[in-house]
Amino acid sequence: MEGFEVSKSENGDVSILYIKGYLDAHTAPDLESEFQKLADAKKYNILVNFQDLSYISSAGLGVFMGFIEDIRKNGGDIKLTDMKPKIFRVFDLLGFPTLYDILDEEAKALEKFGES
Amino acid sequence: MPKILKEYQLKIPSQSDNLSIIRDVVSKVARRIGFNTDEASKIELAVDEACTNVIKHAYANNSNQMIEVSIKVDRKKLIIIVADKGKGFNPDEIKLPDLNESIKEGRKGGLGLCLIKTLMDKVEFEIKPGLKNKVKMIKYFS
Repeated sequence: MEGFEVSKSENGDVSILYIKGYLDAHTAPDLESEFQKLADAKKYNILVNFQDLSYISSAGLGVFMGFIEDIRKNGGDIKLTDMKPKIFRVFDLLGFPTLYDILDEEAKALEKFGES
Repeated sequence: MPKILKEYQLKIPSQSDNLSIIRDVVSKVARRIGFNTDEASKIELAVDEACTNVIKHAYANNSNQMIEVSIKVDRKKLIIIVADKGKGFNPDEIKLPDLNESIKEGRKGGLGLCLIKTLMDKVEFEIKPGLKNKVKMIKYFS
């Protein structure tokens, strides 16, 4: 079964989501609900670590599109890290790197959250 | 018309949990006929996007409907046709949405067909709403 899992941790005022498995139209609502929980709790500094993500379709990218404006309006950001080349390619093909902060590793994203 | 060397057909309920099955079949066929892992992953994603559009838009999440995926292989190329009998769309209106605008309006769709066009070598549409809509995707052997 090609499942999808999200686990969470906190680092100061940054919420980190570790996403694992296959993010498609079937599993995107699971990620959406995690974002919604963070937004409801007014946690607007969000880091998503893609290290264990094996697959993403545009339905997965849609989740990031749906939340980013609201998060930024509230002074936060969604930063994306540790993508495999195959995953980055999908973001790149659709022009996401100009609008989203996509970083090699979690530590760099945490550093950038610290600067803002 | 070149001789078809191999042919596979998949008829599957229009449900998002079946996307992983469709991807498995497409990716296995693509690799078996000689595409490398990278090319196979592009083909797999294009077919996922076409089927997701059928599930969400053509059949508006009505899981009683069926998606047909037909895979044909000839000497030069792989042809995949995703067909449905649902609501059609106007292929001329497909363009990459302005991401800035989409984000401001909280819109999160419209990316699938653009991805398909980028990932495959050739894409053709045959739209007959309610009768048969087909998205034909071609990848040539390099």
